[in-house]
Amino acid sequence: MSVEQEFPELRTVILTVNGERHEIEIETRMTLADCIRHRIGKTGTHLGCEHGVCGACTVLVNGRSARSCLMLAVQANGAEIITVEGLATDGGEWHPLQQAFHEHHALQCGFCTAGILTSMVEFLGEHPDPNEEEVREALSGNICRCTGYQGIVNAVLDAAGRLRAANGGDVK
Amino acid sequence: MKPPPFHYHDPDTVEEAVALIGRLENAKLLAGGQSLMPMLNMRYVLPDHIVDLNRIPSLSHIDQADGRITIGAMTRQREIEYSELLWERCPLFRKALLQVGHRQTRNRGTIGGSLCHLDPAAELPTVLAAMAAAVHVVGPQGARDIPIADFPAFYMTPAIEFDELVSAVSFSPWPTGHKSAFVEFARRPGDFAIVGVAALLDMADDGKIRRATISLSGVGAAPVRCTTTEERLIGTTPDDVAIRAAAEACRELDAMEDVHASPAYRQHLAVELVSRAVRTALDDMGAGSTS
Amino acid sequence: MSEGLIGTPVRRLEDAALLTGTARFVDDIELPEMLECAFVRSPHPHAAIRSINPTPALSLPGVHAVFSYADLAPLFTKNLIPPDNPGLKFAETTKAIVLAEEEVCYVGEIVAIVLADSRYIAEDALSLVDVDYEILPAVADCRDALAPDAPRAHRHAPDNIVTTFRTEFGDCHSAFGTAAHVFDLSLKQHRGSGHPIEGRGIVVQFESATKGLTVWSSTQGAHRVRNTLVDIFGLDEDRVRAATPDVGGGFGSKHIVYPEEVIVAGAALLQKCPLKWIEDRREHFLAAIQERDQYWEFEVATDEEGHLLGVRGSMIHDQGAYTLLGFNVGHNASLAVPGPYVLPNYQLDVTIAVTNKVGTIPVRGAGYPEGTFAMERAMDLIADKLGMDRAEIRRRNLITAEMIPYELPLRARDGSTTHYESGDYPLCLQKALDRAGYTQFAERQATALSEGRYIGMGLANCVKITGRGPFETGIVRIGPSGQITVHTGAMAMGQGIKTAYAQICADQFGVNPSDVRVIAGDTGTVPMGIGGFGSRQTVTAGSSIHLASIEVREKALKTAAHMLEASEQDLELKDGKINVAGVPGLSVSLSDVAKALSGAVGYARPKDVSPGLEATANFMPTGLTYGNGVHVVEVEVDIGTGGVKITRYVVVNDSGRLINPQIVEGQIIGGVAHGIGNALFEWMGYDESGQPVTTTFAEYLLPTAPVVPNIEIVHHETPSTVNPLGVKGVGEAGVIPAAPAIMSAIENALAPFNVRIAETPISPPRIIELIEAGKNGA
Repeated sequence: MSVEQEFPELRTVILTVNGERHEIEIETRMTLADCIRHRIGKTGTHLGCEHGVCGACTVLVNGRSARSCLMLAVQANGAEIITVEGLATDGGEWHPLQQAFHEHHALQCGFCTAGILTSMVEFLGEHPDPNEEEVREALSGNICRCTGYQGIVNAVLDAAGRLRAANGGDVK
Repeated sequence: MKPPPFHYHDPDTVEEAVALIGRLENAKLLAGGQSLMPMLNMRYVLPDHIVDLNRIPSLSHIDQADGRITIGAMTRQREIEYSELLWERCPLFRKALLQVGHRQTRNRGTIGGSLCHLDPAAELPTVLAAMAAAVHVVGPQGARDIPIADFPAFYMTPAIEFDELVSAVSFSPWPTGHKSAFVEFARRPGDFAIVGVAALLDMADDGKIRRATISLSGVGAAPVRCTTTEERLIGTTPDDVAIRAAAEACRELDAMEDVHASPAYRQHLAVELVSRAVRTALDDMGAGSTS
Repeated sequence: MSEGLIGTPVRRLEDAALLTGTARFVDDIELPEMLECAFVRSPHPHAAIRSINPTPALSLPGVHAVFSYADLAPLFTKNLIPPDNPGLKFAETTKAIVLAEEEVCYVGEIVAIVLADSRYIAEDALSLVDVDYEILPAVADCRDALAPDAPRAHRHAPDNIVTTFRTEFGDCHSAFGTAAHVFDLSLKQHRGSGHPIEGRGIVVQFESATKGLTVWSSTQGAHRVRNTLVDIFGLDEDRVRAATPDVGGGFGSKHIVYPEEVIVAGAALLQKCPLKWIEDRREHFLAAIQERDQYWEFEVATDEEGHLLGVRGSMIHDQGAYTLLGFNVGHNASLAVPGPYVLPNYQLDVTIAVTNKVGTIPVRGAGYPEGTFAMERAMDLIADKLGMDRAEIRRRNLITAEMIPYELPLRARDGSTTHYESGDYPLCLQKALDRAGYTQFAERQATALSEGRYIGMGLANCVKITGRGPFETGIVRIGPSGQITVHTGAMAMGQGIKTAYAQICADQFGVNPSDVRVIAGDTGTVPMGIGGFGSRQTVTAGSSIHLASIEVREKALKTAAHMLEASEQDLELKDGKINVAGVPGLSVSLSDVAKALSGAVGYARPKDVSPGLEATANFMPTGLTYGNGVHVVEVEVDIGTGGVKITRYVVVNDSGRLINPQIVEGQIIGGVAHGIGNALFEWMGYDESGQPVTTTFAEYLLPTAPVVPNIEIVHHETPSTVNPLGVKGVGEAGVIPAAPAIMSAIENALAPFNVRIAETPISPPRIIELIEAGKNGA
């Protein structure tokens, strides 16, 4: 492994995060998770394992959930990224999932929550009327150590109902 | 767990990618990243160069021509899962993919990446083995095809040169109405299976099995066909007892050992899951049906 | 006392920041000129350090320093993390050191620290620090460690024993001599690690001008961190502050002060710039505490009807290489055996063994899961041998409500005897059985069997010690602005204390919990504190805050009476205002009262009320308080694959009075999920040489949503008699009886194959093995 003058290798990327455009110069080996957290300053997305199992780092990249610890930031050049900070409206009104999580005690320490919220935004966008088993299956890529999942499942089912009632209301 | 430093390349054509891996020392191809990135983060691999294939649109496609279906190597598992063409012509793919990882990993993971990584527990290589797929490889000398059976060289190592990359896989789908099933056992849903079984059956008009392919993951280092089981099934309309008798042949397969399971357990699972896969396949409505 | 807020499922005050991504965990803290750290860790289970050459690492651009023992030791008053209990005697060689000088005793033990511009560069530097190791023989299995010729886990130690002790009461010798029945059991128990989704981490800032040291640590004990740093570095106590940011779970993994925290602080003192260390998951696997293995060999004596006459035996506990927090996992496990049962005679010889692995301290449950597992497996065995129903054998042996308070001549760590002061165990058992449909199950099971399906029902009881003292601070303060603030030494790690304590306080002032700000885990605002572990905080801190709130309320009323020239009896306190009953216009606000007591000019102040609308309480519980639970579990076992599906899970839980039922249920469900992990999934594996073999989440399996069922909870509340709130701790309640209840159910499902389960966790391959053995008549 050669480490001297050729490194750090830098690239300029343009990332749109929660609707805001960022043009930044980063190291090519920087993960998308670290870029979002430390260069763009959105620390709501968390790192739990850095090997793609716990799901805490999940964000939406061009509408699709992705483990941001398993992407290089350079790979997201030109992409639209949604993180937990982008789920509420500009006026601060919570997404129905956030509201439901609050009401159903779907979080305790909150460290895994951002990754679950973004994952569920995608899931409910594609499956607006899931049953409990389907919700649990959809959650299988996110690990929570605190809640035992029950509050989360209840919250997702509740939010699904609210979103359906709002007539396919804008699931980002 | 941060990746080591490397030079990053993101070509936008296959030719450029081939040229890069031909000239760069200690280079690794980056596909979906679901296998390579964990290894990079844990520094299990220390490449000097990463050649990212994600900016090459020509590598991502699902086409049908002349009776063969071709899937580009960079096609996301998610696209394969949702492909109407594949659901109609080869539903085995979706059946397998529903058990592959999680939505987040299928959004990024690719068929080529999974195939080249050759994790013994991976489902897609086993499906491709069941389909007797051809692997299309491109190198500096041009393109060549490798039959899937010859593709694994040894444990997690494909039989391609350092300056070649997999561009696509292709296969001839089984006839309309063929039956299929993918059955696996994993500790938790979405985990790599300890053993997985892809079963394809083609039925004659008299209801007997005319053709059978049973392909297993998680038993050997590479997908394994249990031809003895296949032979026992052909020409029969097996009941549960006969299915199990046919599946028993899988107990003789050489099985590997790791932190999750012993060889004996894998053999046991092979018999059990092959029985279930055949049973499930027999109950299948058949490819191209409206369900 | 108002019944208003206590017992109400108030929505959590913590949620808003966490849901919108604006919370602040330790890795979110950025300080100017901060460097990031990584640790050079031993790749060997046991080795001597011959030399450390940092030069190649130092020449890497972006690397600022590499420190090892030689650099840091001069800063230490002693190379020792002060023990919890200095009086505790055990093998000196296993004392918790800060940093190895010349011998490392587990894979992951720290050899050096690298300081760099980024974590990326720090990790690059790790492979460039040239360490010359001499590999020494290692011992991995705690039973092998006890052989006279076993390799010494610490090379200069005379043996591999931390300590041995006997927990006993009564006269087992006579009891066993005359017993109608004696049955023996051999159990292997394994609990893994805590694995909060947020790993450990610390940010340290040293101000050389003021010699002030501030640390933010993801810890369960800010005061412990502060005290340790003061002690080790000989610092001025007033100049060291330990604060906690938001903490992403603890579960015991963040209970102690780790070498990492001390070394980062030491490095900050040397380098004189802010430092950050954030653990990655691999480090957590290697170097965060675990619970691991216990081997039990014991026998149980009963009379003809299955009444327990005695339990006696021995247990070996795998402590790892260092005694980081006494040996209370082993000790607690021995204390937990009697559980809710009448046990007249007991004797357990415990050996705490040293192995070349990271040290053991309590993970959620703290030895109670293991002791409970032992007793509950014994119960099922007795039932089976005597041809009795498993619920009946338990009912027969339970301490009844009439026998409460019930004293066991068994001493807890703090010397107090075991005194079950409240609880109704038979009623809880009955409630659980009724809810689960226990008596109808046999028929359902027979039907399933006829269809070729194997379903089973199992149960387990437990008692859990909670509310450990000596105290926890509660300061309630209403400032001139009228803002009600609570300061507490209790620690938040996701369990919602800021909401629960706000409820307790708000209750006294007729305000919303959101009007009360709770500040926890900061030594800068609370001088003393013990920390979050052992299900203790609601009892201790909650009671302190309750008492302090009452005191402040009384002060406020007395002052208001003076200000309004009214009698205290005629006043009411509501919505932050005190008015004369029936005369809303005649009122003062809490802000007015606070100003009056702060000496503001123009405010009348009664002469016999001390200044400041505030009070401090350090409630000292007179005894421990015991919660209890019953779990009844239904499973279906796939005898083809060995897979287990939990199809139903019923919990009856008594944690005394509930402050916030929603939070309590969250704790129970989370605990049960952890227990499911302990029963079916979590195994921290080492090979024979002491190399960890499960070091990722792909190999170490945590329970995920599809494998955790809905948990049905029935509450039973027998208020505690040893604290003013009547509460009991609940943080660990869910995990303790889970594994034995699940094993009981699996055994029940596999009864046709004569399967007996004497281990936890159990895997599908193992179940197939047991089925095959049972079929073959083993």
